[in-house]
Amino acid sequence: MSRGVIIFWLLAVACIALDLQHSPYGYRVEPPALALGSGEAASGAHCSGR
Amino acid sequence: MQRLLLILPALLAWLAITWFAGIRAGLLLLLGLGFGAALSSARFGFATGWRKLVTERDPWGMAGQMLLLSLSALLAFPLLVHASEEMAGALAPITWGLMLGALVFGFTMQLADGCGSGTLYKAGASSPTSWAVLPAFIVGSFFGASHLPAWTELGGPLNVIDHAQPNEPVNLIAQLGLVPALLITIGLCLLIAFVSIAVSAHHHKSRGRSLPPIPKRWLWGAVAIALVYAAHLVVAGQPWGIVYGLGLWGAKIASALGVDLSQDAFWGAAPHAERLLEPVLWDVTSVTNIGLLYGALIADRWNLKSPQKPRWPAASALLISIAAGLIMGYSSRLAFGCNVGGYLGGIASASLHGWVWFACAFLGSIVGVRARAKAGIA
Repeated sequence: MSRGVIIFWLLAVACIALDLQHSPYGYRVEPPALALGSGEAASGAHCSGR
Repeated sequence: MQRLLLILPALLAWLAITWFAGIRAGLLLLLGLGFGAALSSARFGFATGWRKLVTERDPWGMAGQMLLLSLSALLAFPLLVHASEEMAGALAPITWGLMLGALVFGFTMQLADGCGSGTLYKAGASSPTSWAVLPAFIVGSFFGASHLPAWTELGGPLNVIDHAQPNEPVNLIAQLGLVPALLITIGLCLLIAFVSIAVSAHHHKSRGRSLPPIPKRWLWGAVAIALVYAAHLVVAGQPWGIVYGLGLWGAKIASALGVDLSQDAFWGAAPHAERLLEPVLWDVTSVTNIGLLYGALIADRWNLKSPQKPRWPAASALLISIAAGLIMGYSSRLAFGCNVGGYLGGIASASLHGWVWFACAFLGSIVGVRARAKAGIA
């Protein structure tokens, strides 16, 4: 592994950890494993603007 | 041993994400790994495929994309129809913003040396250019999303033809029915593949050469990506996307720096405001993006014959690529997504905007490949 790859992933993991730490949400109602057959509508937040 | 060391972080990440964000998020990470591995192993570049068609009259990248679109539509259309309560397609209106955004995106993706998926998989596979382009892409996506409502309000060509026409998506399935929509989509893909091959064959024949054979990677790459695409739809209930997650990362960074986005036309509205507050691992697109980055690294190292040091391009070329990445991020939001969310997602959701995206982006790309040559980007 080159130094660049290691720095890239260390930065990524640090950002995710900071985000988890500072999120006001402690828990959530977990969605079903598969959307298909769940009877629940898609949550949205897609590139198409939904 | 080295291969085991590559797989181990992926397994740990899967366990951690399943623990923190649930089984669905864990599955989405695995699908992201699949996207990254397939894109990197097959070197399935959307920008590269178009560039090779324009500059070398090599039609196989375009044909591979058309195979991917056909297979994705074949798998996704029935799901979108028969599970319409749980599945939502990538439907978007045909706006001026879409046309301008796709045109500019097509132009800049040639300068940034990768489209949305290309930038991510190359960054994962440790391309220095893509490492530099990715942060610019994130910043551009954040601002583009913020301005998207204003661009969408400008309307589009359908409003000019008919003033009473609402600014809404044109869904081919809703207009024509499942089978005709599927036949038209696959028919258009076949037509574009056929024209690309015929034009290229004629070009080579006129120079006394024959068309090069189709590299198998375009075929198995298209099949693999289409299968993971359908699995993503089943798990997430929405098509594969990339730039939403990148914009969200930008918005999260802006929030962390003290920018108040509560009044923002996009980031202050539902469901984006919730995504901003929730952990990033709860967001569908972010998790698949993370998986894609690491999947590309695994595939790249797995297939590597000998260790190679990342090679940085010349400073001027790098600066041009970074600027292109910034514009690419902005324009992809105007266009309701990049080559994945707008082009693949739109067409495989039977949304007419996907075809408009393709036409405008391809036009932009034709100019972009010439600009790329002038800028000295290898």
